[in-house]
Amino acid sequence: MNVMQPIDRIRGGVHENERHESGHKHVSGTAEYIDDIPEPAGTLHGYLGLSQRAHADILSIDFDAVSASEGVIGILTADDIPGENDISPAHKHDDPVFATGKVEFYGQPMFAVIATSREAARRAAVKVEVEYRDLPHVTDVLEAAAANYPLVIDPLKLERGDIEAGFAKAKNIVEGEMRIGGQDHFYLESQISFAIPGEDDEVLVYSSTQHPSETQHMVATVLGVPSNAVTVNVRRMGGGFGGKETQANIFAAVAALAAKKYRCAVKVRPDRDDDMSATGKRHDFHVDYKVGFDDEGRIEAVDAVFAARCGFSADLSGPVTDRALFHADNCYFYPNVRLRSKPLKTNTVSNTAFRGFGGPQGMVGGERMIEDVAYAVGKDPLEIRKLNFYGGEGRNLTPYHQTVEDNIIGRIIEELETSADYAARREAVIAFNRENHIIKRGIALTPVKFGISFTKTEYNQAGALVHVYTDGSIHLNHGGTEMGQGLYTKVAQVVADEFQVDLDRIKVTATTTGKVPNTSATAASSGSDLNGMAAANAAQQIKARLVRFAAERWNVAEADVAFEPNTVRIGAERLPFGEFIKLAYGARIQLSAAGFYKTPKIHWNRSEGRGRPFFYYAYGASCSEVSVDTLTGEYQVDRTDILHDVGRSLNPALDLGQVEGAFVQGMGWLTTEELWWDAKGRLRTHAPSTYKIPLASDRPRVFNVRLAEWSVNREETIRRSKAVGEPPFMLGISVLEALSMAAASVAEYRIPPRIDAPATPERVLMAIEQLRAAARQGAVAQG
Amino acid sequence: MTIQIRNTIRFLLNHRLVELSDVSAVQTLLDFLRIDRNLRGTKEGCAEGDCGACTVLVGRLLGGQLKYESVNACIRFVGSLDGCHVVTVDSLATPGGPLHPVQQAMVQTHASQCGFCTPGFVMSLYGLWMENAKPSVTEIEKALQGNLCRCTGYAAIIRAAEAISTIGDLGKDPLFAERDRIAGELAALQDGRRVVIGEGAELFMLPASVDDFADVLEANPKATIVAGSTDVGLWVTKFMRDIAPVVHLTHLEELRRITVDDKGVTLGAGVSYAEAYPVITEHFPQLRELWDRIGGQQVRNMGTVGGNIANGSPIGDTPPALIALGASVTLRKGARRRTVALEDFFIAYGKQDREPGEFVEAVHIPFLEADTSFAVYKITKRLDEDITAVCGAFRLTFDGAGEVADAVIAFGGMAGTPKRAVHVEAALKGKAWQEPTVEQAISAFDQDFTPLTDWRASAEYRQLVAKNLLRRFYLETQATGNIRIDRNIAVAV
Repeated sequence: MNVMQPIDRIRGGVHENERHESGHKHVSGTAEYIDDIPEPAGTLHGYLGLSQRAHADILSIDFDAVSASEGVIGILTADDIPGENDISPAHKHDDPVFATGKVEFYGQPMFAVIATSREAARRAAVKVEVEYRDLPHVTDVLEAAAANYPLVIDPLKLERGDIEAGFAKAKNIVEGEMRIGGQDHFYLESQISFAIPGEDDEVLVYSSTQHPSETQHMVATVLGVPSNAVTVNVRRMGGGFGGKETQANIFAAVAALAAKKYRCAVKVRPDRDDDMSATGKRHDFHVDYKVGFDDEGRIEAVDAVFAARCGFSADLSGPVTDRALFHADNCYFYPNVRLRSKPLKTNTVSNTAFRGFGGPQGMVGGERMIEDVAYAVGKDPLEIRKLNFYGGEGRNLTPYHQTVEDNIIGRIIEELETSADYAARREAVIAFNRENHIIKRGIALTPVKFGISFTKTEYNQAGALVHVYTDGSIHLNHGGTEMGQGLYTKVAQVVADEFQVDLDRIKVTATTTGKVPNTSATAASSGSDLNGMAAANAAQQIKARLVRFAAERWNVAEADVAFEPNTVRIGAERLPFGEFIKLAYGARIQLSAAGFYKTPKIHWNRSEGRGRPFFYYAYGASCSEVSVDTLTGEYQVDRTDILHDVGRSLNPALDLGQVEGAFVQGMGWLTTEELWWDAKGRLRTHAPSTYKIPLASDRPRVFNVRLAEWSVNREETIRRSKAVGEPPFMLGISVLEALSMAAASVAEYRIPPRIDAPATPERVLMAIEQLRAAARQGAVAQG
Repeated sequence: MTIQIRNTIRFLLNHRLVELSDVSAVQTLLDFLRIDRNLRGTKEGCAEGDCGACTVLVGRLLGGQLKYESVNACIRFVGSLDGCHVVTVDSLATPGGPLHPVQQAMVQTHASQCGFCTPGFVMSLYGLWMENAKPSVTEIEKALQGNLCRCTGYAAIIRAAEAISTIGDLGKDPLFAERDRIAGELAALQDGRRVVIGEGAELFMLPASVDDFADVLEANPKATIVAGSTDVGLWVTKFMRDIAPVVHLTHLEELRRITVDDKGVTLGAGVSYAEAYPVITEHFPQLRELWDRIGGQQVRNMGTVGGNIANGSPIGDTPPALIALGASVTLRKGARRRTVALEDFFIAYGKQDREPGEFVEAVHIPFLEADTSFAVYKITKRLDEDITAVCGAFRLTFDGAGEVADAVIAFGGMAGTPKRAVHVEAALKGKAWQEPTVEQAISAFDQDFTPLTDWRASAEYRQLVAKNLLRRFYLETQATGNIRIDRNIAVAV
């Protein structure tokens, strides 16, 4: 046995700024996305035929021209489905693969064309002749409520304290409403599935999905086969953001259906415009609120209704609207509170998960109330925020009766105020606005508290599979999917750290239902929390066996066996990791393990609106300053400073990228990204030419982003890190409020501007016009 | 002189010569790369030239000089590539070899997340690097206007762009070092022949000269003329229209000529926005901001001023400004030429003063006279790479007494065509250029325009902004205080 000198540390362990495991492949075009997989000979292509009505009975469909179109092999309708024509993730049986009898939104899939090329299938699909009988339709939340449209799922009510007494006690009451627009995910890789038929009832589906297990289940349901016949594989997605949590399923189901029917490989990929028309988005909300507060601005009572445009089916609208309520408090204690959701049906595409999952809409509503209170008492909104933060005796209970135990927002805000020089800059902004009449500035500092865990408790579990091969290389597989967030990198870092081997010894392989079963969606920011823990568990099982083996073989105590950088120390001796593994294999030690993890402490009773839905909270804050042109409503973000809490980061470089990216995406949601339906119920902003996500030149002119390096998760998460996917999305709220302040300056900050989101240049200008008119009226009244 | 005909197209694809005789008139470069050649590094994000995931470089000769430019492969027709060099991301690093400096920079700065947009960013940054090894942040942002990233928030990509020159030496870059050899190879492909491929619904042609183009078009008056394909490309990829026969202007160097005389600037109809940029910004510095915000870099490299005019869009970027400047266009049919004022070229929505078989040959932009103020403002939802909601252009000439001697005001996005605000002009003419004049003229906009509501803007917003742009123009002529948002604010902090 060699006596080796220990090296300091492994390369690529936890807390290191390790590069993305696919970075070198991304930049050279060799990272394989599903459309890049070489097709077997004879591969066919499917294309969906979409409805051209928002709400109508289908009287007849004439496929003659479709069938006659060049390259067409066949047409699939609901009649071709051997199993169930339903892919409702809520199991409400309200989400058909192909509409039958009736269409409920403009762009709803009715059939699929299968042809020898995608081009041929696409050209054929639009040749269909459909006879419709129009039915009245609504696309808007308020119209839906007025038309007595049903709710797509049971609403939620959160209540605590005595709401009547709270308002009775409050010296001031403000009521208001706000519209909050939806958002298209605009993942750069559109939806895609590629199915290869197997023996008997088997099918292998490559799907760009965040939820392989559900995709597997849906494909099995549609095909009428058991889940064990279906394998779903996903190496990576070209972006997900929630848009591929349930919305991938229809493409997988259609590809699998065609693959089994025609006994060849089938690929289904929509054009961008059809992807944006036929798949769900972030929910638009209408918030109706009433807030009671004292003369200082301390909140006494909050009563709010969050109505959401859910689209034609339930999809994930239940948990999305629930999460809006869970975050309507953001960082603030509401002594008496009643929050209600109203998940309304509309004749639009069924809305779905999107980074934050309703939380952002809830938080925007909560922050609008803070703004209203601030304008009412004539204070800086930041003062009102601090006055109402959770903290202190009896002020830590959320509207859902979870106690906030890990509150660090005070320190985050204090540090950011200092590093962003908030107070002085706010004075400077006010001074600037006094001197300038065309260009106005605004500044806002807003906090974020975001609850981590799936509110559906059963989703908080994960599996992983780790193999150590006899050459000492390690194969890692887990249930999480890679969509750019760096999950594969982080989990590999955890496994490297467990075994104390260099990261390049570990290969993460494509997520597949055949290796790790019954997984949850990679969603709710939970990817590394859940899968990191499961992978660590698998590694620990193998390590325990190895320790026992070493203790017996070398006759030392188990405590004297240690995994040190790239070596195993047994007593005073050291063996290279690979050499040690060979010996273990020779001794017939099992070198593979399936790991498992379930989040502790959480529970949730939805009917009572009580429990501990979240394991912990992630915090952050951002400070944005904007310039607004009051002639046109055009604006720019001059500067943004961010301090964000990721606990003890597994990979600060990747986490920083998540924070920067989430902020810009959140800013886009609240500024230029506008969904616009015409009178026929047709979405007209369905491509990048009309739907405007931020560009490089839209990011803040000065952009200072830091992680709260001192933060350590008080709960026992993987290496005390915190989830990072969603929480920083809501940092974008500071931009919306800064725009508000700039607008408010034209009326001396006396009137709340109440700009709806997204605050497009048009909405900003119209708000300024209204404020100017109101200020003139006020002046006349006073004069 | 009888024209000689070739029935193949020939171009360099990365390191190889490609010669095609069986290619469809509507075959896009992206599908050709991905499906026919199995080069799958280049991605499809939108198929309309707006996201940049499909960015490749195209090198082409102008006056013997080889220049590489980023283009959108999704809306570029293969037929237009005769005599060009197409460079895709797949060729930047040899398998197993080191990454290209642009690629290394992107990896080092953690500038990729999902990675799907990344090849496009790499190619855009490569194109920039070849032109400008040490770009400013503003120049980087401009080069990336046509590339969408949904993951990173761009900060890391900007850091990558700034790092490239610390990693690599442009002089050692293969395309740079071997420029002469490649230029020679491309020159050897230029045989002065008319290219004709296919027939009937598949026919496309590349005329050998402008005279040949005139002949081809007279013989095929219904042909679709394709210059940059930034508009026509979408007819194919989005509307699945049959556009054959197609005539590509690829070989018409004469149409890419820029002439400056004592009267003004003349742009051949095939001059791209990027090619026009230096001379436009030299002689009409007021057009710089507008020109910087036309499409993204890829679109500016492909799209032409002539095409922007000829397609007759009411929201084209250049017509309002060019109308206000008093520009005219030369139209040619066979050997016959006529010149019309640009504003008269636009007759109604979708209808231009162009006969079948006739084409726009050149655009003349007269210099501004003395005592003239000129400005153009483009208003959009997003600052860059967005289509006009309202575009207003103002040219006012003053007499010695400070009165408005002449006023030409043209708007895009306010009517079915780019249109002059004749009532506003009348309300200004002969009046003192002072605030009361402006305020009194504002209401005339209601006589001139009845704009529409659509997804870009409401009618109400359009009308209000049109009025406010006159106010902005007035304030700018007074040159006091902060009137515009300061894009260089970062420098001041």
